[in-house]
Amino acid sequence: MSTTRPGTPGPPPSSRPDPPDFPAFPRAAHQAVRDRTLRGNLRHATHTIRAKRAKAVAEVSDWAALREAGKQIKDHTLRHLDRYLEQVEETVTAAGGTVHWAVDAEEANRIVADLVKETGQREVVKVKSMATQEIGLNEALEAEGIRAYETDLAELIVQLGKDRPSHILVPAIHRNRGEIRDIFRSEMGKWGRPAPEGLTDRPAELAEAARLHLREKFLRAKVGISGANFVVAETGTLVVVESEGNGRMCLTLPETLISVVGIEKIVPTWRDLEVFLQTLPRSSTAERMNPYTSMWTGTTDGDGPSAFHLVLLDNGRTDTLADEVGRQALRCIRCSACLNVCPVYERAGGHAYGSVYPGPIGAILSPQLRGTASEIDASLPYASSLCGACYEVCPVAIDIPEVLVHLRERVAQGGPATRGGNKVVLRPAKGHTAERAVMRAARWALARPGVLRGGQRFVSRTRRFHPRSLPGPGRAWTGTRDLPAVPAEPFRDWWQRTHGGKEGPR
Amino acid sequence: MRVALFLTCVNDTLYPDTGRAVVKLLTRLGVDVDFPTAQTCCGQAHYNTGYRHEAEPLARHFSDVFRDYEAIVTPSGSCAAMVRELYPRMGARARTEGRGDTLERVLAPVVPKTYELTEFLVDVLGVTDVGAYYPHRVTYHPTCHGLRALGLGDRPRRLLRAVKGLELVELPGAEECCGFGGTFSVKNPDVSAAMGADKVRNAESTGARVLCAGDNSCLMHLGGIMTRLGVGMRPVHIAEILASTEEAPSA
Amino acid sequence: MNGKERILARVRRALADVPRDDRPYAQAVRRDYLRQHDERGAEDLVDLLAENLADYRAVVHRCGAGELPGLIAHLLGERGAKSVLVPPGLDETWLADTDVRRVADRPESTPHELDRVDSVLTGCALAVAETGTIVLDGSPDQGRRRISLIPDHHICVVRVPDQVVPSVPQALERLVPGRPLTWISGPSATSDIELDRVEGVHGPRTLEVVLMSG
Repeated sequence: MSTTRPGTPGPPPSSRPDPPDFPAFPRAAHQAVRDRTLRGNLRHATHTIRAKRAKAVAEVSDWAALREAGKQIKDHTLRHLDRYLEQVEETVTAAGGTVHWAVDAEEANRIVADLVKETGQREVVKVKSMATQEIGLNEALEAEGIRAYETDLAELIVQLGKDRPSHILVPAIHRNRGEIRDIFRSEMGKWGRPAPEGLTDRPAELAEAARLHLREKFLRAKVGISGANFVVAETGTLVVVESEGNGRMCLTLPETLISVVGIEKIVPTWRDLEVFLQTLPRSSTAERMNPYTSMWTGTTDGDGPSAFHLVLLDNGRTDTLADEVGRQALRCIRCSACLNVCPVYERAGGHAYGSVYPGPIGAILSPQLRGTASEIDASLPYASSLCGACYEVCPVAIDIPEVLVHLRERVAQGGPATRGGNKVVLRPAKGHTAERAVMRAARWALARPGVLRGGQRFVSRTRRFHPRSLPGPGRAWTGTRDLPAVPAEPFRDWWQRTHGGKEGPR
Repeated sequence: MRVALFLTCVNDTLYPDTGRAVVKLLTRLGVDVDFPTAQTCCGQAHYNTGYRHEAEPLARHFSDVFRDYEAIVTPSGSCAAMVRELYPRMGARARTEGRGDTLERVLAPVVPKTYELTEFLVDVLGVTDVGAYYPHRVTYHPTCHGLRALGLGDRPRRLLRAVKGLELVELPGAEECCGFGGTFSVKNPDVSAAMGADKVRNAESTGARVLCAGDNSCLMHLGGIMTRLGVGMRPVHIAEILASTEEAPSA
Repeated sequence: MNGKERILARVRRALADVPRDDRPYAQAVRRDYLRQHDERGAEDLVDLLAENLADYRAVVHRCGAGELPGLIAHLLGERGAKSVLVPPGLDETWLADTDVRRVADRPESTPHELDRVDSVLTGCALAVAETGTIVLDGSPDQGRRRISLIPDHHICVVRVPDQVVPSVPQALERLVPGRPLTWISGPSATSDIELDRVEGVHGPRTLEVVLMSG
């Protein structure tokens, strides 16, 4: 976790793009687990929202049917994605928008930077968007001399605190109200209107401070940048679901609007929104409906931006689509319910996932979008106890444990995959050689009952000499837990000796 | 009814008392139990760690050993889930990899007749009062695979509530994972232990002396944390509670 | 190859293993979820709407058509509003009982000018009872999207029961996709501090909904 450094001159660049050199998950989690403030913040926040979500979902009697429909809509769209992408281009263009196609982050950033430069503007206001974080747009714009202002409250906290986001919905979930107050007090003045005198840590006051700070930026903004929750192929309509009104500000006040949208965000028809507008708010903020949902189709004469650009982003999505098991991750509607129920996320925190996509969904998205070559991406599939709570709450029924296990196989054994649009055969990741040998030996022994029995007897007969703690890799267990006592004989010896307890002493 | 006990490799090696308890319990309920000694391991650790191809021969072996029984009972939610949920998936994957439907066909017979112990008692034998006696205060942790993969629901609790002398107290945060997770426990030891410590603290807060569950691997993890933290509780497999009677009580 | 061709080619290669599915879309998705969750009569639906609006901190008022001008005058007065933004097609009689200064939203009005206006009065396209949502579609009685956004006080009049639909699916059926749509459920809010909901951020911090019958 990075910390605030008061006194750093000038507005710093905001969240960095994902460098592939984050430490492996266990190493990052080692720190987080010991951070009492972080643990307390995360526990409080996730437990609050967990209970609320359960209540919001229980209100609708047809939740299972909505979930299944959402899954089928997304699966159908992915199966015919080429057709729907072309339809989106047609309908958005017909409605007065311009469609751009970006194969990767670099292309997307180039397209957006050029569009901003064409307007002659040097600053943009942004609605929270996972896609633009994923491609590191803010940094790319900064390099071109364009300042991007994040306007979502949590994104603002992250940007002002020179921090990294740690949650999909609430990027500053790792910060409590006191920390937020401190960041506002020390940093707001460097970016614009300073925090009001005597700012306390009351959430309402903090929200008011953000309102005042950002208002001057909204009112003068000429260029807005957004993502989208949904793009309706049939009508060319984009949908942004939000709470604070910063989205509405960015989508309606500027003259130019640029939306960067992953190609998996498409739904075929207008009617499909009836499913997701019910499942998304209840899954994410645990509300019947979020405060604001904006829907726009191209440009409207005399209302809102006169220029609209849609940037369709691949950046690893087609590679993910090529994987028969892993492609279900593209159903994700970024609700973050899986983060909020995940016991691993709750203890390791979002930063340990080394990606803008933390939590269970991040553990299956990042290694697919970025590949498994880096240390962090190769460790993410193992960042789960496979408890299945994420799958249970997912509103589009992504079987996250199934994909995790599938990606473990890719890391441990290698095999066919698609990278950058090309079919490749991956080699097993480094550091799994010993494990592979153990697994193979264990399989060999376990396929032979006699060998298993010999091993069991050896363990039983040497039990007096077993240490309580183990050296080397065994410390991973005994560093925190005692070993179980080994019995005098394995069950199978008892069974054979007594014929299932029918003879001899029990 | 010809019933096979699939004890699991962990129980066979480390928890023979659980195996003896299952035999005692089922025999008391009139079931003719066999323990096919050729049994080894369902392959779950291999599969879940990313070694599906190493798990396949173990699954075939499982099917060879158990296919002719009418029912296969196991005192492990996670091994039951391996057979029921993941064997079909393994077979399907082999097919989509162009290896035909052989694996699917070999594994198919054991899938529907593999039962977790409490499921077998309640659904197949139709009993909730198994005539047990266990005069202790007990809290129950529903393990993840039993809870979410098998959908055991309140079956274990119904069985425990019918035990004479047993006081069942609700475990706060019961549905949260204990942090074992197979190789997760050693690949991510810090998070695993933090989850386990929270589970133990919750169990301790109930005032129970016994933490009961249907999976000894989870209990091994929690028991190891209990002794390390010096908590005055012990882990006990549900089979050992259900097997206990006034004449022959378990500890 | 340009970006479009490359992406489409990658998509097609990625899907090479997937069996074709030429069913029409209408058959591809099983929609056995409910069209509405609550089979109530029109009057009960209005009650449900009022309940859900209030649950998310909108201030709800009910009146007959004849009482509306008096109520609007009262609400603006209570607020101490000196000016009110008026969409071009708003029924002028709604403001008959108040002399608060009317401000028209002209195309050349700047956001800074609108920021100096105290309140805004609009109609709506419809309201959704199950979720406590009002939807604006830019019709003449609602105006441009920005007018219901910048002032800190929004009064929205819903004609009940005609404009009330029970559910989200039925709302979408009645809306026209090509129009700029804004769905509003309570005043602006945030859950960004400790995942706890706080009302009042960038949008109007006070939302008053008038359910007008007759």
